[in-house]
Amino acid sequence: MPGMTEAGPCSSVVVEIGDLPIRLRCDDSAFIDLLLERYAGYVSTSGEASFDFEIELAPPGTVSGDEDLSVTCDSGRWFIQRGDFRAKWNPSTGRGRIQQTINPYSLDSVLRIVHTLLLARKGGFLMHASSAIRNGRAFLFSGVSGAGKTTIAKLAPPDAAVLTDEISYVTRENDGYFAMGTPFFGELARIGENLRAPIEGVYLLAKGPENKIEPVEGADAVRGLLGNILFFARDPEFVKLVFDTAFEFVSHVPVRRLTFVPDASVWELIT
Amino acid sequence: MSCKRYVSRSTAIAARMLGDEMMVMSATSSTLFTLNEVATVIWEAVDGATPLEEIVTQKICGRYDVTPEVALQDADALVKQLAEYGLLLLSDRPIEQPTCSRKVNL
Repeated sequence: MPGMTEAGPCSSVVVEIGDLPIRLRCDDSAFIDLLLERYAGYVSTSGEASFDFEIELAPPGTVSGDEDLSVTCDSGRWFIQRGDFRAKWNPSTGRGRIQQTINPYSLDSVLRIVHTLLLARKGGFLMHASSAIRNGRAFLFSGVSGAGKTTIAKLAPPDAAVLTDEISYVTRENDGYFAMGTPFFGELARIGENLRAPIEGVYLLAKGPENKIEPVEGADAVRGLLGNILFFARDPEFVKLVFDTAFEFVSHVPVRRLTFVPDASVWELIT
Repeated sequence: MSCKRYVSRSTAIAARMLGDEMMVMSATSSTLFTLNEVATVIWEAVDGATPLEEIVTQKICGRYDVTPEVALQDADALVKQLAEYGLLLLSDRPIEQPTCSRKVNL
């Protein structure tokens, strides 16, 4: 099976999001099959991985779902835990361990956090935003739950490739910022296209009586961006990285407010 | 204020000037604050070694049309408020500045 290797009783799959291959091992082959389906389009066939996580499935009823998310760093090791999972990860060795329920969405959360931690060091970030590529450029539509991220994605015309309707992946490269597809979806319940393109702009969403685009500049742009960037760790140095990244980003990429009527006409403005 | 107040910026913050606004983020709460012009002058002047009264006299009274008493009262209220959010440290003695910071190991 592509992207899957057998090693004794332990099966694995390499999931590559944002050019970062992560091997996920589990001795439950049914769970690996679940992951192959969950991350379809993002499963690497090369077998190479930058990081390696071993997943231990907790028996039903042994994990409480009530505990809030906690992300802490101690002596270079990250500890990520919530009611439905506990993970520890040592970036310097590239290895980690996850204890979770069989629900693959618990793993989604761990992967999102791992990516936010790695991206922060490289000037990138994950953002509460839907995104799509049109005419070779990526457009990000950001906002809190209910702002219209999924609506915009649903209304995308056939010539637009939807990268995600929920969590956008932003990387910094020498020649600017790029958006990449993710398997993280919201109400659209569809895995994003595994594509990438330079970012044309970020649109802060607002529903209104007419379609219009207004520039958002300076501190307002930074505020709009920081309000939607995912970051979980309360480590001061990490927060500073994200803060600086937001300033860098708005100095390179236009931020605009998109007020829209929820119908296909909004895409006439997005070209 | 009966005794001298020394003020220092917390190390658990990130701050940047953008246009004429100083934006400050608390690393502990991830809350974002925007300081106005006068607050920014005080923010940039606090060094842990210069008493607040001296900062107000040197940086505020000469620049703005305000009496030293009112300026100090306002500055004192400001630094107390920012200290409550964890952005500033207050002391009745000079505050030693950290010489290095830890890097995130990723």
